[in-house]
Amino acid sequence: MRLGGEKTVRAILLAMALSAVGSLLLIAVFIFKEGVPFILRVGPRVFLFSAAWDPGTGRFGIYPMIVASVWVTLGAMLVGAPLGIAGAIFLTEFVPRTVLRVVKPTIELLAGIPSVVYGFIGVMVLAPWIRTQWGGPGLSLLAGALILGVMILPTVISISVDAINSVPRSYHEGALALGATRWQSMHMVVLKAARSGIVASVILAMGRAIGETMAVIMVAGNAVKLPHSPLDSVRTLTANIALEMGYATGLHRQALFATGVVLFLIIMLLNATAMAVMKQRARGA
Amino acid sequence: MRWWIRTVGVLALAAGLGAGCGRSRGGVTMAGSTAFQPFAEKLAEEFMRRHPEARVTVQGGGSAVGVQSALSGTAQIGMADLVELPPEASALYSVVVARDGIAVVVHPTNPVNNLTLDQVRDIFNGRIRNWREVGGADAPITVVSREAGSGTRSSFEQVLRNVVLTRDALIGDSNGAIRETVANDAQAIGYLSHGLLSEKIKALDVGGAGCTTEAILAGRYPLVRPIYLLTRGEPAGTARELIDFILSAEGQKIIRDSGLIPAR
Repeated sequence: MRLGGEKTVRAILLAMALSAVGSLLLIAVFIFKEGVPFILRVGPRVFLFSAAWDPGTGRFGIYPMIVASVWVTLGAMLVGAPLGIAGAIFLTEFVPRTVLRVVKPTIELLAGIPSVVYGFIGVMVLAPWIRTQWGGPGLSLLAGALILGVMILPTVISISVDAINSVPRSYHEGALALGATRWQSMHMVVLKAARSGIVASVILAMGRAIGETMAVIMVAGNAVKLPHSPLDSVRTLTANIALEMGYATGLHRQALFATGVVLFLIIMLLNATAMAVMKQRARGA
Repeated sequence: MRWWIRTVGVLALAAGLGAGCGRSRGGVTMAGSTAFQPFAEKLAEEFMRRHPEARVTVQGGGSAVGVQSALSGTAQIGMADLVELPPEASALYSVVVARDGIAVVVHPTNPVNNLTLDQVRDIFNGRIRNWREVGGADAPITVVSREAGSGTRSSFEQVLRNVVLTRDALIGDSNGAIRETVANDAQAIGYLSHGLLSEKIKALDVGGAGCTTEAILAGRYPLVRPIYLLTRGEPAGTARELIDFILSAEGQKIIRDSGLIPAR
Protein backbone atom coordinates (compact mmCIF):
# COMPACT_ATOMS: atom_id res chain seq x y z
CA MET A 1 0.00 0.00 0.00
CA ARG A 2 2.68 2.58 -0.81
CA LEU A 3 1.37 5.71 -2.43
CA GLY A 4 4.66 7.42 -3.33
CA GLY A 5 6.59 7.25 -6.56
CA GLU A 6 6.83 9.48 -9.59
CA LYS A 7 4.74 7.21 -11.75
CA THR A 8 1.80 7.09 -9.37
CA VAL A 9 1.69 10.84 -9.01
CA ARG A 10 1.94 11.22 -12.76
CA ALA A 11 -0.89 8.77 -13.34
CA ILE A 12 -3.08 10.54 -10.82
CA LEU A 13 -2.42 13.96 -12.38
CA LEU A 14 -3.07 12.56 -15.84
CA ALA A 15 -6.38 11.09 -14.70
CA MET A 16 -7.37 14.45 -13.22
CA ALA A 17 -6.42 16.28 -16.40
CA LEU A 18 -8.38 13.84 -18.51
CA SER A 19 -11.45 14.06 -16.29
CA ALA A 20 -12.42 17.43 -17.81
CA VAL A 21 -12.24 16.08 -21.36
CA GLY A 22 -13.83 12.86 -20.19
CA SER A 23 -16.84 14.54 -18.62
CA LEU A 24 -17.38 16.63 -21.76
CA LEU A 25 -17.31 13.43 -23.79
CA LEU A 26 -19.71 11.69 -21.40
CA ILE A 27 -22.15 14.61 -21.53
CA ALA A 28 -22.07 14.62 -25.33
CA VAL A 29 -22.56 10.84 -25.53
CA PHE A 30 -25.42 10.95 -23.02
CA ILE A 31 -27.29 13.80 -24.72
CA PHE A 32 -26.93 12.17 -28.13
CA LYS A 33 -27.91 8.72 -26.87
CA GLU A 34 -31.13 10.12 -25.36
CA GLY A 35 -31.94 12.62 -28.08
CA VAL A 36 -30.95 11.21 -31.45
CA PRO A 37 -33.29 8.16 -31.42
CA PHE A 38 -36.16 10.54 -30.71
CA ILE A 39 -35.25 12.81 -33.63
CA LEU A 40 -35.08 9.80 -35.96
CA ARG A 41 -38.41 8.53 -34.66
CA VAL A 42 -40.31 11.80 -35.12
CA GLY A 43 -38.37 12.68 -38.25
CA PRO A 44 -35.78 15.49 -38.39
CA ARG A 45 -37.98 17.51 -40.79
CA VAL A 46 -40.94 17.56 -38.42
CA PHE A 47 -38.83 18.10 -35.32
CA LEU A 48 -36.76 20.96 -36.75
CA PHE A 49 -39.22 22.71 -39.04
CA SER A 50 -42.70 22.21 -37.61
CA ALA A 51 -44.03 25.10 -35.56
CA ALA A 52 -46.33 23.05 -33.29
CA TRP A 53 -45.00 22.24 -29.82
CA ASP A 54 -47.60 20.54 -27.64
CA PRO A 55 -46.10 17.64 -25.67
CA GLY A 56 -49.54 16.81 -24.22
CA THR A 57 -50.83 15.73 -27.64
CA GLY A 58 -47.51 14.39 -28.89
CA ARG A 59 -46.56 17.25 -31.19
CA PHE A 60 -42.91 18.14 -31.03
CA GLY A 61 -41.77 20.91 -33.38
CA ILE A 62 -39.00 23.21 -32.16
CA TYR A 63 -38.77 25.59 -35.14
CA PRO A 64 -40.12 28.59 -33.18
CA MET A 65 -37.50 28.04 -30.48
CA ILE A 66 -34.62 27.77 -32.96
CA VAL A 67 -35.73 31.03 -34.54
CA ALA A 68 -36.12 32.61 -31.10
CA SER A 69 -32.64 31.55 -29.96
CA VAL A 70 -31.08 32.93 -33.14
CA TRP A 71 -32.87 36.29 -32.88
CA VAL A 72 -32.26 36.75 -29.17
CA THR A 73 -28.56 35.96 -29.63
CA LEU A 74 -28.22 38.23 -32.66
CA GLY A 75 -30.01 41.01 -30.78
CA ALA A 76 -27.69 40.58 -27.81
CA MET A 77 -24.66 40.78 -30.12
CA LEU A 78 -26.04 43.96 -31.73
CA VAL A 79 -26.31 45.54 -28.29
CA GLY A 80 -23.28 44.06 -26.58
CA ALA A 81 -20.56 43.83 -29.22
CA PRO A 82 -20.41 47.50 -30.35
CA LEU A 83 -20.76 48.75 -26.78
CA GLY A 84 -18.17 46.33 -25.50
CA ILE A 85 -15.60 46.95 -28.23
CA ALA A 86 -16.10 50.72 -28.04
CA GLY A 87 -15.70 50.50 -24.29
CA ALA A 88 -12.49 48.53 -24.66
CA ILE A 89 -11.05 51.06 -27.12
CA PHE A 90 -11.97 53.94 -24.85
CA LEU A 91 -10.50 52.28 -21.78
CA THR A 92 -7.19 51.37 -23.42
CA GLU A 93 -6.62 54.50 -25.46
CA PHE A 94 -8.48 57.49 -24.17
CA VAL A 95 -8.23 57.34 -20.39
CA PRO A 96 -5.19 57.22 -18.10
CA ARG A 97 -3.86 53.77 -17.13
CA THR A 98 -4.86 54.27 -13.51
CA VAL A 99 -8.51 54.61 -14.54
CA LEU A 100 -8.28 51.36 -16.52
CA ARG A 101 -6.79 49.64 -13.48
CA VAL A 102 -9.87 50.57 -11.44
CA VAL A 103 -12.58 50.28 -14.10
CA LYS A 104 -11.60 46.93 -15.66
CA PRO A 105 -11.92 44.86 -12.45
CA THR A 106 -15.21 46.64 -11.76
CA ILE A 107 -16.53 45.60 -15.16
CA GLU A 108 -15.32 42.06 -14.56
CA LEU A 109 -17.37 42.07 -11.35
CA LEU A 110 -20.45 42.38 -13.58
CA ALA A 111 -19.77 38.83 -14.73
CA GLY A 112 -20.12 37.66 -11.15
CA ILE A 113 -23.69 38.89 -10.77
CA PRO A 114 -25.98 35.84 -10.87
CA SER A 115 -28.16 35.71 -13.98
CA VAL A 116 -31.29 35.50 -11.85
CA VAL A 117 -30.54 39.04 -10.64
CA TYR A 118 -30.32 40.30 -14.22
CA GLY A 119 -33.61 38.52 -14.89
CA PHE A 120 -35.24 40.11 -11.86
CA ILE A 121 -34.20 43.60 -12.95
CA GLY A 122 -35.51 42.74 -16.43
CA VAL A 123 -38.91 41.72 -15.05
CA MET A 124 -39.24 44.64 -12.65
CA VAL A 125 -37.79 47.50 -14.71
CA LEU A 126 -37.12 46.66 -18.34
CA ALA A 127 -40.30 44.74 -19.25
CA PRO A 128 -42.75 47.34 -17.84
CA TRP A 129 -40.73 50.07 -19.56
CA ILE A 130 -40.91 48.30 -22.94
CA ARG A 131 -44.65 47.76 -22.43
CA THR A 132 -45.38 51.41 -21.76
CA GLN A 133 -43.04 52.69 -24.50
CA TRP A 134 -43.94 50.39 -27.36
CA GLY A 135 -46.83 48.20 -26.25
CA GLY A 136 -46.98 44.42 -26.41
CA PRO A 137 -46.59 42.22 -23.33
CA GLY A 138 -43.21 43.69 -22.36
CA LEU A 139 -41.75 40.26 -21.67
CA SER A 140 -40.34 39.94 -25.16
CA LEU A 141 -37.56 39.17 -27.58
CA LEU A 142 -36.35 42.75 -27.19
CA ALA A 143 -36.18 42.45 -23.39
CA GLY A 144 -34.21 39.21 -23.70
CA ALA A 145 -31.79 40.71 -26.22
CA LEU A 146 -31.20 43.85 -24.12
CA ILE A 147 -30.59 41.92 -20.90
CA LEU A 148 -28.25 39.46 -22.65
CA GLY A 149 -26.49 42.37 -24.36
CA VAL A 150 -25.61 43.78 -20.95
CA MET A 151 -24.70 40.36 -19.56
CA ILE A 152 -22.08 39.75 -22.28
CA LEU A 153 -20.41 43.17 -21.82
CA PRO A 154 -17.80 41.99 -19.28
CA THR A 155 -16.71 39.15 -21.58
CA VAL A 156 -16.34 41.42 -24.61
CA ILE A 157 -14.68 44.31 -22.75
CA SER A 158 -12.30 42.26 -20.65
CA ILE A 159 -10.94 40.07 -23.47
CA SER A 160 -10.85 42.95 -25.98
CA VAL A 161 -8.89 45.14 -23.54
CA ASP A 162 -6.36 42.36 -23.10
CA ALA A 163 -6.12 41.88 -26.88
CA ILE A 164 -5.57 45.60 -27.52
CA ASN A 165 -3.05 45.86 -24.69
CA SER A 166 -1.06 42.95 -26.09
CA VAL A 167 -0.42 44.86 -29.33
CA PRO A 168 3.17 46.19 -29.06
CA ARG A 169 3.28 49.84 -28.13
CA SER A 170 5.70 50.46 -31.05
CA TYR A 171 2.94 49.84 -33.63
CA HIS A 172 0.91 52.63 -32.17
CA GLU A 173 3.90 54.93 -31.83
CA GLY A 174 5.02 54.16 -35.38
CA ALA A 175 1.61 55.13 -36.74
CA LEU A 176 1.63 58.36 -34.73
CA ALA A 177 5.13 59.12 -36.01
CA LEU A 178 3.87 58.79 -39.58
CA GLY A 179 1.35 61.51 -38.91
CA ALA A 180 -1.74 59.45 -38.04
CA THR A 181 -4.12 60.86 -35.46
CA ARG A 182 -4.83 58.85 -32.32
CA TRP A 183 -8.07 57.49 -33.78
CA GLN A 184 -6.49 56.69 -37.16
CA SER A 185 -3.67 54.81 -35.48
CA MET A 186 -6.26 52.99 -33.37
CA HIS A 187 -8.57 51.75 -36.08
CA MET A 188 -6.01 51.35 -38.88
CA VAL A 189 -3.20 49.70 -36.94
CA VAL A 190 -3.96 48.60 -33.40
CA LEU A 191 -7.45 47.19 -34.00
CA LYS A 192 -6.23 45.26 -37.05
CA ALA A 193 -3.43 43.72 -35.03
CA ALA A 194 -5.78 42.88 -32.14
CA ARG A 195 -8.52 41.57 -34.40
CA SER A 196 -8.23 37.90 -33.57
CA GLY A 197 -8.56 38.61 -29.83
CA ILE A 198 -11.54 40.88 -30.37
CA VAL A 199 -13.28 38.30 -32.57
CA ALA A 200 -12.56 35.69 -29.89
CA SER A 201 -14.23 37.89 -27.27
CA VAL A 202 -17.33 38.19 -29.43
CA ILE A 203 -17.44 34.42 -30.02
CA LEU A 204 -17.18 33.69 -26.30
CA ALA A 205 -19.90 36.24 -25.65
CA MET A 206 -22.09 34.60 -28.28
CA GLY A 207 -21.64 31.27 -26.52
CA ARG A 208 -22.73 32.83 -23.26
CA ALA A 209 -25.74 34.52 -24.88
CA ILE A 210 -27.10 31.43 -26.61
CA GLY A 211 -26.52 29.26 -23.55
CA GLU A 212 -27.96 31.66 -20.99
CA THR A 213 -31.15 30.28 -19.47
CA MET A 214 -32.41 31.81 -16.24
CA ALA A 215 -32.44 35.48 -17.25
CA VAL A 216 -34.06 34.63 -20.58
CA ILE A 217 -36.81 32.54 -18.99
CA MET A 218 -37.64 35.44 -16.74
CA VAL A 219 -37.77 38.21 -19.36
CA ALA A 220 -38.65 36.64 -22.71
CA GLY A 221 -42.19 35.49 -21.85
CA ASN A 222 -41.69 31.93 -23.17
CA ALA A 223 -44.62 31.81 -25.61
CA VAL A 224 -44.13 29.08 -28.20
CA LYS A 225 -44.69 30.93 -31.45
CA LEU A 226 -42.76 32.47 -34.31
CA PRO A 227 -41.96 36.08 -33.45
CA HIS A 228 -43.23 38.70 -35.91
CA SER A 229 -41.69 41.67 -34.14
CA PRO A 230 -39.11 42.29 -31.40
CA LEU A 231 -42.03 43.01 -29.06
CA ASP A 232 -43.37 39.46 -29.34
CA SER A 233 -42.80 36.97 -26.56
CA VAL A 234 -40.45 34.10 -27.47
CA ARG A 235 -39.11 30.88 -25.98
CA THR A 236 -35.47 29.96 -26.58
CA LEU A 237 -34.09 26.41 -26.80
CA THR A 238 -32.49 26.63 -23.37
CA ALA A 239 -35.69 28.01 -21.82
CA ASN A 240 -37.68 25.15 -23.33
CA ILE A 241 -35.45 22.55 -21.68
CA ALA A 242 -35.35 24.26 -18.29
CA LEU A 243 -39.08 25.04 -18.17
CA GLU A 244 -40.31 21.54 -18.87
CA MET A 245 -37.50 19.33 -17.54
CA GLY A 246 -39.00 19.05 -14.08
CA TYR A 247 -42.15 17.33 -15.28
CA ALA A 248 -41.17 15.60 -18.44
CA THR A 249 -41.35 11.82 -18.63
CA GLY A 250 -41.16 9.37 -21.53
CA LEU A 251 -41.32 10.89 -25.01
CA HIS A 252 -41.52 14.42 -23.67
CA ARG A 253 -38.25 13.93 -21.77
CA GLN A 254 -36.57 12.54 -24.89
CA ALA A 255 -37.85 15.52 -26.86
CA LEU A 256 -36.09 17.83 -24.40
CA PHE A 257 -32.85 15.89 -24.80
CA ALA A 258 -33.30 16.20 -28.56
CA THR A 259 -33.65 19.96 -28.03
CA GLY A 260 -30.31 19.72 -26.23
CA VAL A 261 -28.80 17.94 -29.23
CA VAL A 262 -29.89 20.78 -31.51
CA LEU A 263 -28.49 23.38 -29.10
CA PHE A 264 -25.21 21.45 -28.93
CA LEU A 265 -24.95 21.31 -32.73
CA ILE A 266 -25.79 25.01 -33.15
CA ILE A 267 -23.06 26.01 -30.69
CA MET A 268 -20.53 23.71 -32.39
CA LEU A 269 -21.47 25.13 -35.78
CA LEU A 270 -21.19 28.72 -34.54
CA ASN A 271 -17.78 28.13 -33.01
CA ALA A 272 -16.47 26.27 -36.04
CA THR A 273 -17.65 29.01 -38.42
CA ALA A 274 -16.19 31.75 -36.26
CA MET A 275 -12.87 29.96 -35.99
CA ALA A 276 -12.71 29.40 -39.73
CA VAL A 277 -13.42 33.09 -40.34
CA MET A 278 -10.74 34.02 -37.85
CA LYS A 279 -8.12 31.86 -39.51
CA GLN A 280 -8.98 33.16 -42.95
CA ARG A 281 -8.76 36.78 -41.82
CA ALA A 282 -5.47 36.18 -40.06
CA ARG A 283 -4.01 34.71 -43.22
CA GLY A 284 -5.42 37.50 -45.41
CA ALA A 285 -4.09 40.29 -43.24
CA MET B 1 0.87 6.73 5.75
CA ARG B 2 -0.76 3.41 6.36
CA TRP B 3 -2.78 4.21 9.44
CA TRP B 4 -4.76 7.05 7.92
CA ILE B 5 -5.83 4.98 4.97
CA ARG B 6 -7.20 2.45 7.39
CA THR B 7 -8.89 5.16 9.47
CA VAL B 8 -10.53 6.68 6.40
CA GLY B 9 -11.72 3.23 5.35
CA VAL B 10 -13.21 2.49 8.75
CA LEU B 11 -14.89 5.88 8.89
CA ALA B 12 -16.36 5.44 5.41
CA LEU B 13 -17.70 2.02 6.34
CA ALA B 14 -19.21 3.37 9.56
CA ALA B 15 -20.81 6.25 7.70
CA GLY B 16 -22.29 3.86 5.16
CA LEU B 17 -23.70 1.62 7.87
CA GLY B 18 -25.05 4.61 9.76
CA ALA B 19 -26.83 5.92 6.69
CA GLY B 20 -28.27 2.49 5.99
CA CYS B 21 -29.62 2.23 9.54
CA GLY B 22 -31.18 5.68 9.32
CA ARG B 23 -33.11 4.72 6.25
CA SER B 24 -34.51 1.49 7.61
CA ARG B 25 -35.71 3.02 10.88
CA GLY B 26 -39.02 4.75 10.14
CA GLY B 27 -37.87 7.23 7.47
CA VAL B 28 -40.64 8.40 5.12
CA THR B 29 -40.15 10.46 1.97
CA MET B 30 -42.93 12.53 0.44
CA ALA B 31 -42.37 13.84 -3.09
CA GLY B 32 -44.33 15.57 -5.85
CA SER B 33 -46.69 18.52 -6.14
CA THR B 34 -44.94 21.85 -5.59
CA ALA B 35 -48.32 23.42 -4.75
CA PHE B 36 -48.76 21.10 -1.75
CA GLN B 37 -45.07 21.00 -0.79
CA PRO B 38 -45.10 23.93 1.69
CA PHE B 39 -48.15 22.49 3.44
CA ALA B 40 -46.64 19.00 3.51
CA GLU B 41 -43.54 20.50 5.16
CA LYS B 42 -45.66 22.09 7.87
CA LEU B 43 -47.58 18.86 8.45
CA ALA B 44 -44.37 16.80 8.52
CA GLU B 45 -42.84 19.16 11.07
CA GLU B 46 -45.84 18.83 13.38
CA PHE B 47 -45.89 15.04 12.89
CA MET B 48 -42.19 14.77 13.81
CA ARG B 49 -42.78 16.90 16.90
CA ARG B 50 -45.28 14.30 18.07
CA HIS B 51 -43.22 11.31 16.96
CA PRO B 52 -39.59 12.24 17.61
CA GLU B 53 -38.35 8.85 16.36
CA ALA B 54 -39.87 9.30 12.88
CA ARG B 55 -38.06 11.09 10.10
CA VAL B 56 -40.09 12.63 7.26
CA THR B 57 -38.43 14.18 4.21
CA VAL B 58 -40.48 16.38 1.87
CA GLN B 59 -39.37 16.91 -1.72
CA GLY B 60 -40.92 18.81 -4.65
CA GLY B 61 -40.65 17.93 -8.31
CA GLY B 62 -44.20 18.32 -9.55
CA SER B 63 -47.26 16.09 -9.68
CA ALA B 64 -45.85 13.88 -12.43
CA VAL B 65 -42.82 13.22 -10.25
CA GLY B 66 -45.18 12.43 -7.35
CA VAL B 67 -46.87 9.68 -9.37
CA GLN B 68 -43.59 8.34 -10.77
CA SER B 69 -41.78 8.23 -7.44
CA ALA B 70 -44.69 6.50 -5.70
CA LEU B 71 -44.74 3.90 -8.51
CA SER B 72 -40.98 3.34 -8.42
CA GLY B 73 -40.79 3.42 -4.63
CA THR B 74 -38.23 6.23 -4.44
CA ALA B 75 -40.79 7.99 -2.25
CA GLN B 76 -43.16 6.14 0.11
CA ILE B 77 -45.78 8.84 -0.42
CA GLY B 78 -46.33 10.65 -3.72
CA MET B 79 -48.18 13.97 -3.81
CA ALA B 80 -50.28 14.95 -6.83
CA ASP B 81 -52.67 17.86 -7.41
CA LEU B 82 -54.53 16.66 -10.49
CA VAL B 83 -58.22 16.60 -11.33
CA GLU B 84 -57.78 13.25 -13.05
CA LEU B 85 -54.91 10.99 -12.06
CA PRO B 86 -52.99 9.56 -15.04
CA PRO B 87 -53.84 5.94 -15.99
CA GLU B 88 -50.59 4.53 -14.53
CA ALA B 89 -51.67 5.81 -11.09
CA SER B 90 -54.58 3.35 -11.01
CA ALA B 91 -52.15 0.80 -9.54
CA LEU B 92 -51.59 3.09 -6.55
CA TYR B 93 -53.55 3.53 -3.35
CA SER B 94 -54.79 7.11 -3.33
CA VAL B 95 -56.45 9.36 -0.77
CA VAL B 96 -57.60 12.98 -1.07
CA VAL B 97 -56.17 15.01 1.84
CA ALA B 98 -57.07 18.54 0.77
CA ARG B 99 -58.62 20.65 -1.97
CA ASP B 100 -57.19 23.69 -3.64
CA GLY B 101 -59.02 26.37 -5.58
CA ILE B 102 -57.44 27.76 -8.72
CA ALA B 103 -57.93 31.51 -8.74
CA VAL B 104 -58.24 33.40 -12.04
CA VAL B 105 -56.30 36.60 -11.44
CA VAL B 106 -55.94 40.01 -13.10
CA HIS B 107 -54.26 43.32 -12.30
CA PRO B 108 -56.02 45.18 -9.43
CA THR B 109 -56.82 48.13 -11.71
CA ASN B 110 -58.74 45.93 -14.17
CA PRO B 111 -62.46 46.91 -14.06
CA VAL B 112 -63.59 43.34 -14.86
CA ASN B 113 -64.77 41.52 -11.72
CA ASN B 114 -66.37 38.34 -12.91
CA LEU B 115 -66.27 35.95 -15.84
CA THR B 116 -68.25 32.87 -16.78
CA LEU B 117 -66.46 29.54 -17.23
CA ASP B 118 -67.06 29.87 -21.00
CA GLN B 119 -65.45 33.29 -21.06
CA VAL B 120 -62.41 32.02 -19.13
CA ARG B 121 -62.11 29.13 -21.60
CA ASP B 122 -62.40 31.42 -24.64
CA ILE B 123 -59.79 33.81 -23.26
CA PHE B 124 -57.30 31.00 -22.74
CA ASN B 125 -58.23 29.48 -26.13
CA GLY B 126 -57.44 32.81 -27.76
CA ARG B 127 -61.00 33.34 -29.05
CA ILE B 128 -61.60 36.38 -26.85
CA ARG B 129 -58.63 38.70 -27.37
CA ASN B 130 -59.81 42.08 -26.10
CA TRP B 131 -61.01 43.06 -22.62
CA ARG B 132 -63.86 45.02 -24.27
CA GLU B 133 -65.55 41.73 -25.19
CA VAL B 134 -65.98 40.83 -21.52
CA GLY B 135 -66.92 44.28 -20.26
CA GLY B 136 -63.49 45.77 -19.69
CA ALA B 137 -61.43 48.50 -21.29
CA ASP B 138 -60.52 48.46 -24.99
CA ALA B 139 -57.15 46.73 -24.61
CA PRO B 140 -55.66 43.44 -25.81
CA ILE B 141 -55.62 40.61 -23.28
CA THR B 142 -52.24 39.21 -22.26
CA VAL B 143 -52.80 35.55 -21.40
CA VAL B 144 -50.36 34.11 -18.85
CA SER B 145 -50.18 30.36 -18.27
CA ARG B 146 -47.97 27.70 -16.72
CA GLU B 147 -45.60 25.35 -18.55
CA ALA B 148 -46.74 22.03 -20.05
CA GLY B 149 -46.69 19.36 -17.33
CA SER B 150 -47.58 21.67 -14.45
CA GLY B 151 -50.25 20.18 -12.17
CA THR B 152 -51.97 23.55 -11.79
CA ARG B 153 -52.14 23.92 -15.58
CA SER B 154 -53.45 20.44 -16.28
CA SER B 155 -56.08 20.75 -13.52
CA PHE B 156 -57.13 24.14 -14.88
CA GLU B 157 -57.45 22.81 -18.42
CA GLN B 158 -59.27 19.66 -17.30
CA VAL B 159 -61.89 21.60 -15.35
CA LEU B 160 -62.45 24.01 -18.24
CA ARG B 161 -62.42 21.19 -20.83
CA ASN B 162 -61.32 21.65 -24.47
CA VAL B 163 -58.72 24.28 -23.77
CA VAL B 164 -56.10 24.60 -26.47
CA LEU B 165 -53.88 27.28 -25.02
CA THR B 166 -53.41 30.22 -27.37
CA ARG B 167 -49.97 30.41 -28.97
CA ASP B 168 -49.66 33.99 -27.76
CA ALA B 169 -49.74 32.99 -24.11
CA LEU B 170 -46.80 33.96 -21.94
CA ILE B 171 -45.47 31.08 -19.88
CA GLY B 172 -44.31 31.43 -16.28
CA ASP B 173 -42.59 28.54 -14.54
CA SER B 174 -44.10 28.90 -11.05
CA ASN B 175 -47.05 30.34 -9.15
CA GLY B 176 -44.74 33.18 -8.09
CA ALA B 177 -43.74 33.98 -11.68
CA ILE B 178 -47.42 34.15 -12.68
CA ARG B 179 -48.15 36.46 -9.76
CA GLU B 180 -45.30 38.84 -10.67
CA THR B 181 -46.24 38.91 -14.35
CA VAL B 182 -49.91 39.67 -13.63
CA ALA B 183 -49.06 42.22 -10.93
CA ASN B 184 -46.85 44.08 -13.43
CA ASP B 185 -49.18 44.08 -16.43
CA ALA B 186 -52.54 45.88 -16.36
CA GLN B 187 -53.84 43.78 -19.29
CA ALA B 188 -52.76 40.35 -18.04
CA ILE B 189 -54.86 37.41 -16.91
CA GLY B 190 -53.42 34.31 -15.26
CA TYR B 191 -54.29 31.60 -12.75
CA LEU B 192 -52.66 30.31 -9.60
CA SER B 193 -53.25 28.36 -6.42
CA HIS B 194 -55.86 29.92 -4.10
CA GLY B 195 -53.42 29.73 -1.18
CA LEU B 196 -50.99 32.07 -2.94
CA LEU B 197 -53.26 35.06 -3.60
CA SER B 198 -51.99 38.44 -2.45
CA GLU B 199 -53.14 42.07 -2.55
CA LYS B 200 -50.91 42.74 -5.59
CA ILE B 201 -53.39 40.89 -7.81
CA LYS B 202 -57.17 40.57 -8.00
CA ALA B 203 -59.01 37.24 -8.07
CA LEU B 204 -62.07 37.22 -10.34
CA ASP B 205 -65.43 35.65 -9.55
CA VAL B 206 -65.90 32.67 -11.84
CA GLY B 207 -69.45 31.60 -12.68
CA GLY B 208 -70.79 33.97 -10.02
CA ALA B 209 -68.74 32.66 -7.09
CA GLY B 210 -65.63 34.20 -5.55
CA CYS B 211 -62.53 32.13 -4.94
CA THR B 212 -63.00 31.85 -1.18
CA THR B 213 -62.71 28.95 1.25
CA GLU B 214 -66.49 29.11 1.92
CA ALA B 215 -67.47 29.02 -1.76
CA ILE B 216 -65.09 26.12 -2.44
CA LEU B 217 -66.37 24.13 0.58
CA ALA B 218 -69.95 24.77 -0.51
CA GLY B 219 -69.09 23.52 -4.01
CA ARG B 220 -70.04 26.81 -5.64
CA TYR B 221 -66.61 27.76 -6.99
CA PRO B 222 -65.96 25.65 -10.10
CA LEU B 223 -62.15 25.69 -10.42
CA VAL B 224 -61.14 23.23 -7.71
CA ARG B 225 -58.66 20.39 -7.74
CA PRO B 226 -58.09 17.65 -5.19
CA ILE B 227 -54.69 16.96 -3.66
CA TYR B 228 -53.89 13.26 -3.57
CA LEU B 229 -51.44 11.30 -1.50
CA LEU B 230 -50.38 8.15 -3.33
CA THR B 231 -48.78 4.99 -1.97
CA ARG B 232 -47.87 1.67 -3.50
CA GLY B 233 -50.41 -0.64 -1.88
CA GLU B 234 -52.14 0.15 1.43
CA PRO B 235 -49.85 2.40 3.47
CA ALA B 236 -48.21 0.77 6.49
CA GLY B 237 -46.00 1.74 9.40
CA THR B 238 -44.88 5.36 9.64
CA ALA B 239 -46.44 6.26 6.27
CA ARG B 240 -49.81 5.05 7.59
CA GLU B 241 -49.44 7.07 10.81
CA LEU B 242 -48.48 10.16 8.82
CA ILE B 243 -51.46 9.92 6.47
CA ASP B 244 -53.78 9.26 9.40
CA PHE B 245 -52.37 12.35 11.12
CA ILE B 246 -52.93 14.50 8.01
CA LEU B 247 -56.53 13.29 7.81
CA SER B 248 -57.13 13.76 11.55
CA ALA B 249 -58.88 16.84 12.94
CA GLU B 250 -55.53 18.46 13.90
CA GLY B 251 -53.98 17.74 10.53
CA GLN B 252 -56.95 19.16 8.66
CA LYS B 253 -56.88 22.23 10.92
CA ILE B 254 -53.26 22.89 9.95
CA ILE B 255 -54.27 22.60 6.29
CA ARG B 256 -57.14 25.03 6.82
CA ASP B 257 -55.07 27.53 8.81
CA SER B 258 -52.38 27.67 6.15
CA GLY B 259 -54.85 28.56 3.39
CA LEU B 260 -55.82 25.25 1.78
CA ILE B 261 -59.27 23.72 1.80
CA PRO B 262 -59.56 20.68 4.12
CA ALA B 263 -60.84 17.46 2.58
CA ARG B 264 -63.13 16.50 5.45
